Amino acid sequence: MEKAIKRYFPIFVLPTFLAFIIGFIAPFAEGIWLSFCDFTTINDAKWVGLANYIKIMADDTFGHAFRFTTLFTIVTVILINLLAFALALALTKKFKGTNLFRTVFFMPNLIGGIILGYIWNLLLNGVLLAFKKTLTYSSVYGFVGLVILMLWQQIGYMMIIYIAGIQNIPTDLIEAAKIDGANNKQILKNITIPMIMPSITICTFLTLTNGFKLFDQNLALTNGEPSHMSEMLALNIYNTFYGRTGWEGAGQAKAVVFFILVAVIALIQNRLTSRKEIQA
Amino acid sequence: MKEKTKKRNILFTILFGGLSIAWLYPIYLVVINSFKKKAYINEKPFQIPTGKMFVGLSNYLNGIAKTGFFKAFGWTLFITICSVAVIILCTSMCAWYLGRVHNKVTKTIYALCLFSMIVPFQMVMFPLSKIANQLRLNTPWGLIIIYLGFGAGLAIFMFSGFIKSIPLEIEEAAMIDGCSPIQTFFLVVFPILKPTAITIAILETMWIWNDYLLPYLVLDINKYKTISIAVQYLRGGYGSIDMGAMMGVLVLAIIPIILFYLFCQKYIIEGVVAGAVKG
Repeated sequence: MEKAIKRYFPIFVLPTFLAFIIGFIAPFAEGIWLSFCDFTTINDAKWVGLANYIKIMADDTFGHAFRFTTLFTIVTVILINLLAFALALALTKKFKGTNLFRTVFFMPNLIGGIILGYIWNLLLNGVLLAFKKTLTYSSVYGFVGLVILMLWQQIGYMMIIYIAGIQNIPTDLIEAAKIDGANNKQILKNITIPMIMPSITICTFLTLTNGFKLFDQNLALTNGEPSHMSEMLALNIYNTFYGRTGWEGAGQAKAVVFFILVAVIALIQNRLTSRKEIQA
Repeated sequence: MKEKTKKRNILFTILFGGLSIAWLYPIYLVVINSFKKKAYINEKPFQIPTGKMFVGLSNYLNGIAKTGFFKAFGWTLFITICSVAVIILCTSMCAWYLGRVHNKVTKTIYALCLFSMIVPFQMVMFPLSKIANQLRLNTPWGLIIIYLGFGAGLAIFMFSGFIKSIPLEIEEAAMIDGCSPIQTFFLVVFPILKPTAITIAILETMWIWNDYLLPYLVLDINKYKTISIAVQYLRGGYGSIDMGAMMGVLVLAIIPIILFYLFCQKYIIEGVVAGAVKG
């Protein structure tokens, strides 16, 4: 059978493969190369070696964006997962309205990042009005604002994944534990949490990369103001490309560093959690 | 004991009812402000528009005129539907071939697809927008090709996971009965792939409909806008925002999403769960 199918490469694979070359392979390879070049458009690129990488190390906004993004990611990963798990635990109990509540909590996830940013821009600036401040008054407001926005957007999504995990636990396991005299706390610690380890893996991974790669919400809510202080990595790279002339090469070098960071996180996360799952 | 759980359940319903209302409050706030005179939106955002604050539909008309909202809506719909259809068709065929023919080429392509999933968009952003310009892919039609290329990784990965579980005998039987590989794929394999196809379609729809940066960088903005681009366009050159028009456009942008959610809720939630488990 393999032989019969083999001849059909041009029909089955070629369209996707060509698009994949245009949409990913070529720009990726070119991106690596350009990070070692000085350029304004691609055609005038000149090899400059590591100059761009040296340049970005001296760029304070990049270091600040890195610290801002890391702190943001840590805070959102912890809060989103704790709250989503708590909601999932509550909404898998049997009381009236659980389905409706799930629907409501999930809904913000479907709204795009730009639109979400402006919705919260209105609400948070309205609240801050009482203190005669705005979101762009200091980066602390921008930070807290972005965290609240992310919680609103992502708790429902993670909750759905946790609910699926909890519903997959065989009920006889919990009943057996109850007969043996385990209390709710013990059941949670010794049965529920180990059994939903795959869900925890997925949700941690998703919130981690979502936090690190956040762009649209950052752009719409604060646009990095005041003066780059609430700027996250993705927006910092964007502004380096399109906001500072002569910095295109540095922007591409930042993008390569960003890619390596995201890839390392993905690999570590994958290693760590697959080990835990086996133990569980 | 039973009386106690009953009481607890009623308490839970009330508690989560309150929380749900709070959850929807930001949207309610945007809706009431969309009927408010521009000058009052920043000053009194929490008040219901009455008397001289109320402006009827003028924010909506203003927003539609400023952004060309309905055109942007049309293009977003076109780009999303076509891209998702093309992604499903092309990547399912590709994934099947990669799963059935084992050699160095197919292994390399599959590995590259996995690799592409961990690469953030900023990495390819600048070269991609230049390549798209050179190849004249800066139209909604060209954008479909770019979405196929950039979205291929996840789709192929998910299809491949499912294709591995299909027993080979079914396909062999079809081929012995005289089906060509193309007939085998469309008559036998594709129907089996349907649940996975729905999952992928939902995940890709949520991504493409809301995507901002890729269409913004690739499309010729003077001619084509998507909804996200139209909304961002209302932020003027120096950060000044026409809040009236913004509120109107936000409500118009949210309505189709909520309608879509209400009609396809079951599929969306199942898709998210299935996608998360495999992804």
